[in-house]
Amino acid sequence: MLELSRVSRLFNPGTPDEKVALMNITLRLNPGDFVTVIGSNGAGKSTLMNIISGVMKPDAGDVLIDGKAIHHLPEHKRSRWIGRVFQDPMAGTAPHMTIEENLAMAYARGKSRGLGLGVNGAKRSLFREQLAKLGIGLENRLRAKVGLLSGGERQALSLLMATFTKPQILLLDEHTAALDPARAELITKLTRDIVQEMNLTTLMVTHNMEQAIRLGNRLIMMDKGRIILDIPQERKHDLTVERLLGEFEQISGHKLADDRVVLG
Amino acid sequence: MLDSLTGAIILGLLYAFMALGVYITFRILDFPDLTVDGSFTTGAGITAILISHGYSPLLATLAGFLGGMAAGACTGLLHTKGKINGLLSGILMMIALYSINMRIMGKPNISLLGVDTVVSSLTNPWAMIAVMAVVVFIIKLLLDGFFHTDLGLALRATGDNARMIRSLGANTDSTKMIGISLSNGLVALSGSLIAQQTGFADISMGIGMIVIGLASVIIGEAILGARTIFFATLAAVVGSILYRIVVAFALRAEWLKLETSDLKLITALIVIIALVVPTTRRAWKQRNMAKRRTSELTASLAGASSKRGGSL
Repeated sequence: MLELSRVSRLFNPGTPDEKVALMNITLRLNPGDFVTVIGSNGAGKSTLMNIISGVMKPDAGDVLIDGKAIHHLPEHKRSRWIGRVFQDPMAGTAPHMTIEENLAMAYARGKSRGLGLGVNGAKRSLFREQLAKLGIGLENRLRAKVGLLSGGERQALSLLMATFTKPQILLLDEHTAALDPARAELITKLTRDIVQEMNLTTLMVTHNMEQAIRLGNRLIMMDKGRIILDIPQERKHDLTVERLLGEFEQISGHKLADDRVVLG
Repeated sequence: MLDSLTGAIILGLLYAFMALGVYITFRILDFPDLTVDGSFTTGAGITAILISHGYSPLLATLAGFLGGMAAGACTGLLHTKGKINGLLSGILMMIALYSINMRIMGKPNISLLGVDTVVSSLTNPWAMIAVMAVVVFIIKLLLDGFFHTDLGLALRATGDNARMIRSLGANTDSTKMIGISLSNGLVALSGSLIAQQTGFADISMGIGMIVIGLASVIIGEAILGARTIFFATLAAVVGSILYRIVVAFALRAEWLKLETSDLKLITALIVIIALVVPTTRRAWKQRNMAKRRTSELTASLAGASSKRGGSL
């Protein structure tokens, strides 16, 4: 489904600030895989997301979706296959536009945008039905400006916008990190339900160890631009936060340094 | 008195196209586009030269519109493909257009007096107002409709959250190009109509247009608000008319001792006030709200602790 082969990326090459963001990353996601990604500060998790989505280009290596090399395609051309939810609730929605207009833009993912009406009756009833599944009453506020929603509501809407056209790949970039615990829990639950129901191939970066263990069928640990541990489903069942931290220290030779890490 | 009022309304309606153009770049794309000062004259110049060479006024007006779109497309290219800062791309294009406009016109001033134009048959001012109001309103409604299409939504999102709309598959370079071209097309159309109405095209007629456009958009929004696209575009039109009325009356009030050349200063002041006041007021409101909520919260804390004390 998604494949990265020997992907590398440097920041500030040739300057005193040169930094290896990704070094020789090879990763293969099978259809339906739900992979959680953890790692210390600067491990390259966000760079990995940006390389897959096309925000950044790799310095070396290939990115493939369904066996097709896509590393030369700009972000907006990849979006037909890739849905993404950002960490910042402000990032995934347009605040001065209405809920239905935001959904209409997501609905047009992968289609050419012409002079057809963005929101019509048929689309509106589809949007209402999809919003109702979130269970937070947004289906009754189709014409409200998104800027009036709370962070949690906006993130739920972003999640719906990223998924309801059933993209091949779903990228979740710490999408619960900026929310308070109750709202984060709601978004986590929605994520699990949506991914399961649509059987989406998902890559989720998180700072929450407990969440990383609980969600998904596979867990990847990154450090200094490399994947240092790849835990398959069978071993993930009896994993605990302590054992995960222990493994990290053992392989990387240092403690998991992350000022935001949540042990759960 | 009535003459200057009808005159002001007619000018306001003709300049309304320019205000709509400025609204597209300034409010929708969040891109203050200075090309306007050049493209306004481009529209007037193309139309004037074509009409004086005997082409049909309607065709000449359309050509002016297309000339403005081409100028806008150049600014868009400088900004998106050349990665030049938005303000600077507008300034560069504005300066370049001065020479280009001179080449188009061949001389600094072209008279259109006594020739047929698209407005020359409308000799009665009220008929002129009625016809222009209908035309402006149709263009406004077409714009409203466009901003509700899939492409229009992507264009609006480009100014609101470019990162999001890219992740949803829109090419923001294209949407910016479309928006800036459309905007300058409308500005040039306005220039073309003004030249036909006033009877001449002049190389310096575009100077300060951007500020007048901003003033119109801001005045309109202050009165009508901008809750929806419908009201926002209506605000640009109404703002443009009100601006012309205010100017007409200010110039007639002799005790003000205003010269026509003072207008640009006054317009700049209007824009400055309109930009500064809302920001200051918002900051002031927020501080007051914070103060009030803090005292409410402290009060409720004090109440809770005294209650607890009472129960002991």
